[in-house]
Amino acid sequence: MRGESSEQVLNGQKIFEELFIIEGGNFNKAGEVASRIKVILKNMGIPDELVRRAALVAYESEINIVSYAKQGYMKLTVNPDLIMIESIDEGEGIVDIELAMQEGYSTANDRIREMGFGAGMGLCNIKNYSDYFDLRSKIGKGTYLKMIIESQQKNPKTE
Amino acid sequence: MTLQDVKDILDAEMIVGGDKLDMEVKTAFGADLMSDVLAYAKAGSLLLTGLTNPQVIRTANVLDIAAIIVVRGKKPPQETVNLADEMHIPILCTKYILFETAGRLYQKGIVGCVEKVQSKS
Ligand SMILES: Nc1ncnc2c1ncn2[C@@H]1O[C@H](COP(=O)(O)OP(=O)(O)OP(=O)(O)O)[C@@H](O)[C@H]1O
Ligand SMILES: [Mg+2]
Repeated sequence: MRGESSEQVLNGQKIFEELFIIEGGNFNKAGEVASRIKVILKNMGIPDELVRRAALVAYESEINIVSYAKQGYMKLTVNPDLIMIESIDEGEGIVDIELAMQEGYSTANDRIREMGFGAGMGLCNIKNYSDYFDLRSKIGKGTYLKMIIESQQKNPKTE
Repeated sequence: MTLQDVKDILDAEMIVGGDKLDMEVKTAFGADLMSDVLAYAKAGSLLLTGLTNPQVIRTANVLDIAAIIVVRGKKPPQETVNLADEMHIPILCTKYILFETAGRLYQKGIVGCVEKVQSKS
């Protein structure tokens, strides 16, 4: 699941990056990357509340990749100002983004529902918990999600 | 109250986390839908659920849930137990149904981690 991790200094700012691979359809592993991201952020000494929000958006998007794509990646970037999580998958893509963003809309199958998912809340939840959120998708190609959590909370989110 | 009190009130069996019985808990959330747990449950709360797959533990880990109470006499499979052990998340099993479990805890002072959900604009 782990890819390369790197730490570099750019303009005097320390930047941490790590890439993770996510296997579509493998529900046994679903959530491993989010757990891993949580440990990394905790070890960096980032406040619990920010770690929790980052882990949550990572988990929701990881579950979506496992549920709706054949293969995907997640990239974690941390600098002193923000935590950025990007999720990229090679899946079916989202036909109607506006519809997918509506609470309650879901195309989840029985297998996903059996595990307690598929209520059509994930994307709304991701949006609620990130300071910046961008979703792009190409039908038949895949989906790209960018989620940013700022370290300095300008507009504190509800926990 | 402590996790030991929760265990006594629910006549529950401790599956994982016997070393955490003195942990203090004040709030809880109950659902069989992990999507809802992710949207509403708060850090430090008990999670009351009838689901026993490993995703319950993953969800609890992401949210910093204090402990999981498995209701309706269900027993979590070994893979769930192993993951909970690894992540230091206590699991208690009770024979009471979700409603009865929630009622018994509420009567003794545990409250919901959110009282009412915010209406969406
Ligand atoms: N990465 C993705 N690739 C393709 N389709 C997606 C992807 N992510 C979401 N979708 C589509 O958008 C819908 C809504 O996603 P969302 O995460 O909000 O809810 P859900 O996954 O159905 O349920 P929940 O997240 O509440 O368990 C999905 O049912 C699916 O149709
Ligand atoms: Mg989802």
